[in-house]
Order: sequence, then structure tokens, then C-alpha cells
Amino acid sequence: MNTRKRLIKSWADAVPAAPSDITPEQRFVSRRTLLAGGLGLAALQSLGSFESEAFGQTAPNLQALAFKQNAALSVKEPPNSYQDITTYNNYYEFGTDKSDPAENAQKLRTRPWTVTVGGEAEVTGSFALDDILRTNPLEERIYRLRCVEAWSMVVPWVGFPLAGLLQQFKPTSKAKYVEFKSLYDPKQMPGQRSGVLEWPYVEGLRIDEAMHPLTLMVVGLYGKVLPNQNGAPLRLIVPWKYGFKGIKAIVGIKFVERMPHTTWAGSNPSEYGFFANVNPAVDHPRWSQASERRIGSGSIFASRIPTLPFNGYADQVAGLYSGMDLRRNF
Amino acid sequence: MFVGCLIPALHLAAGAFGVVGVSLGADPVKLILHTTGTWTLRLLAATLLMTPLRNLTGSLAWLRLRRMLGLYVFFYALLHFSTYLFLDQDGKLSAIWHDIVKRPYITLGFLGLLLLIPLAITSTAKAQRRLGRGWTRLHRLVYVVAGLGVWHYWWLVKKDIRPPLAYAAIFAALLGYRWALRLRRQHRTDRGSAPNGLEQPVELAQQRLGIVPADARIGDRNPVLERG
Repeated sequence: MNTRKRLIKSWADAVPAAPSDITPEQRFVSRRTLLAGGLGLAALQSLGSFESEAFGQTAPNLQALAFKQNAALSVKEPPNSYQDITTYNNYYEFGTDKSDPAENAQKLRTRPWTVTVGGEAEVTGSFALDDILRTNPLEERIYRLRCVEAWSMVVPWVGFPLAGLLQQFKPTSKAKYVEFKSLYDPKQMPGQRSGVLEWPYVEGLRIDEAMHPLTLMVVGLYGKVLPNQNGAPLRLIVPWKYGFKGIKAIVGIKFVERMPHTTWAGSNPSEYGFFANVNPAVDHPRWSQASERRIGSGSIFASRIPTLPFNGYADQVAGLYSGMDLRRNF
Repeated sequence: MFVGCLIPALHLAAGAFGVVGVSLGADPVKLILHTTGTWTLRLLAATLLMTPLRNLTGSLAWLRLRRMLGLYVFFYALLHFSTYLFLDQDGKLSAIWHDIVKRPYITLGFLGLLLLIPLAITSTAKAQRRLGRGWTRLHRLVYVVAGLGVWHYWWLVKKDIRPPLAYAAIFAALLGYRWALRLRRQHRTDRGSAPNGLEQPVELAQQRLGIVPADARIGDRNPVLERG
């Protein structure tokens, strides 16, 4: 753990910090290194070190973040490569192929960014993301991420607990759920011109799920600002639920009395539910959820791994659902 | 053409075995499944295009190509299933049996593969001669396979049904062409202008006079049986 922190520091020192917006120069650099480094990249890929990630595969102009490591809430498994995490994404606002978000999300302007807070709370209004960051110190947490499609990764997120943020708005007793809304802007998000999902993307949590210590508002990845294709500048991560609960590019937070209508549940209610807890005992109607393929396992001969209840976070979260029929409330 | 059809499989193999410069991405098994699946469908469409091309150009060369393409369909379908069995499910027959029985989209896919087996076995000229008219009837199963393939794809896609829809449209067009042809043939038979139901009077005349077409080869299929 300490070794990685040292590496980040020296790497950040070596590459001059620039504004967090990705500039055209970065695209030029990565194209050049891609062309030149075919053989080198393949060799370095196997090293799995930060040096290989820096070699043309990260965006050197993404700003380094200041954060503490939260080992207590992190898993011990090694994280996936930056390459895999930033090029294999489900983010239909930018297209439905896994490679689309990395290609198409670079146009998204992530500053200035405003989050509008409303509903059953004493403090409401529009807040600049930078102001929010000033009062919510960052931590790094290494979480498992399990997609409903039955693949998974381990990701070193940088963010702050949602609970701390929500307390700042002083929700009233009427606030039983929290609803999140994503950006709607087809000019910047070309995938929104198609009707594959209803836009803008909406997600929600029960208030106790939102206040749980594991629930994270994420702004960074691998110690630097979050790339656009991963949900910049602000996204939600709820590690014991399927990945689609992790709404990206958040512009709205609302405290509500009734369960919000979420995008995936709305698109196919028999297949995607509100709770979406990772559960090997409850299959998707069309495929099994009992096992998953871990991305980056090395060779194509790597086996699938069994899916864990609540994605391995059962000890910390199972109590939230005691007495609930998780087959009906999927 | 023969080598051309192999290229997708070679590309996947190169990526799988770490040939420099070829990457299968973050989820290689999924990519292999997807690529072998889509090439099965594409080659199936190509196979179904041969008879219309024969009818349009009058050349029998398209029919020779058809057998090779058809066998490649079986090849990619087998690769697709083998990838699923060995790479995805670790060769656990019990696990895949459970999938085949419980997951409808896998049931359909497996059925499609099963139906391709008799077609592959009877693809030889010898089998064609032995089966005679029955050969044509048996090989109509290819239409069922096309339908199963598209349905299998449609049912496994999470939300974006545009790709399977595109294949559905292509197969609908190819099958629609044959259906239109059949209607026309029926109409002509009723009017008595083509007693055997052949839509090409030249072939009929040649057949009756015992004339063999100039570009015929040993092992060629008998044009009389090629109803398409």
C-alpha cells in the first residue's frame, strides 16, 4: 500500500500537474505512444506496474488528488489495470459498446459542475462541485465491482462517503429515499440521441443504504481525477450492488418519500430491480448470477469465479435487509 | 475465399495466444464468443445469398461456393459452442446441461447447432445423390437454423437490440426472396408453362436432351435438384 502511494507521488511530480480537463495534447500523446509502442506495450502490460500504466495508457494531464488510504474498507485483492478499468465500460450515454465511452466521452466538460440538491431536506440549492470537495476530504478505497452482466473488476476509487455529504443537507424525517439524476445533454453525450434507455439516467437508494459507510461518492481513480468514461466528475459507487446502481455524471440529488423510479428498472422491470443487490441465489431471468468472469484474469483459460452474496460485503450490509424477501425485492 | 473465411478465427487465435499486436481486450472470452457467433450468422447469410446469385447470373459457380460457406457456418458454430463449453464453463458438462435446459437463449443456440450437424454430414455430393429430393427437403432446415441463430442473439442482448435486428432483417430479405420465387413458380405451374416447376427453361431443355453445362465438374450438384 505504501509503495503505491510513493509511486503516485513521484509520478505526479514527474508529470507537471495540469488542469483536470483533458486537453487535445493528451490525445496526441497517447496516439503517438500507441503507434510507437506496440511491442513495448505488450511487454510492459505483463509487468502490471504503474510504469506500464503511465506509458501512454493513462491521461497524463489528469490531476493528481490528495487523499488518505482507507485500508479498513478496502479489499486485499489486487486492482485491475488502469487500461482495463478505463476502456471497458457500460455508459450508454456514450454508446452501447464497451469501447464507446473511452472513445466518445472526451468531449464532456466536467468543469464548471453544479449539483442541485432538493426535496425533503433543510439545506437545498445548487452547489459547485469544487465547494463540495472542499468540505469532504478524500479517501482511496479498493472495491469490488460486479456488473449485472456477470463480469467483475477490482477498482481503486478515490472519493468521500455519501453519508457525510448528505448530512450536510440535513434531510428531514420524511426523507426515506435518495434519488440521483445524471446529466442530460445529447450534444456532449451522443448516446442520448438513441432511445436505448430513457434519459436522463436516474438511480436511487433507500436512506439507510445511502448513509451506509461503504457508499461512496467517487471523484478519482488510481490517485488521479476520474476519467470521463468512468463517470467524471462525480459518480456513485455502491459496492454490494450491481454496477448499474453506480450512477455517473451526477447533477441532481433529491431526498424523497417514495421509492424512485430508476432507469434500468423502468426499462425492464422483470430483469432489473430497485435494490439490485448482488445475489448468486437470484438469477437474472435470462442468465445465471451464480458466477462471474473476473476481468484481467490473465489468460483466456482462467475460470469463472463464484459470485459472493452482496459481492462479498455481506458482513457489512446483510443487516440492512433482514426480514426482506430478496427474491421479490431484487 | 477459403482462406478469407478463416481470417476471423485466425485473428482470435492470435489474440488468444498472445501474438504481439493482437489484443482481445479486457474480456477476451466474451469477445471470442461474440466474434464466433456473429461470423456464424454472417456466413449463414452469405450461404443463403448463393442461390439468389445463381438465379441472377445463371452461373453454377455460386453453388459450389455454397457448400464451402455452409461448412464454415458449422465451423464457426462449433467454435462458438466449444468456447462456451471449455473457456467459459471449464468443460463442465453438468453446468452447461443446466444452462441448456434452463436458459432459453442457450436452448435455442444449442438447438441451432444440433440442426447444423445433419446438414454438415450430408454436405457431400455423394450424400446429395443418395438422398435425392430428400436432400433438398433436409437442407431447408438451414432456414430454421437462421431463425434460431437470430433469436438466440436477440435473447442474450442486454438492451441494444439493433445488431440482432439487423441480422433479422437480412435473413427476412433472403428468405422473402425465396418465398417470392416459390409463389412465382406455383403461379407458372398453374398456368402450365413450366411442367416440372423449374424456373429456368434452359436447364429444363438441357436436362431433357442430356446436355451437360459447359462449366460442369465431376461432383457438381445436379441442377435439377437445385431448387434453392
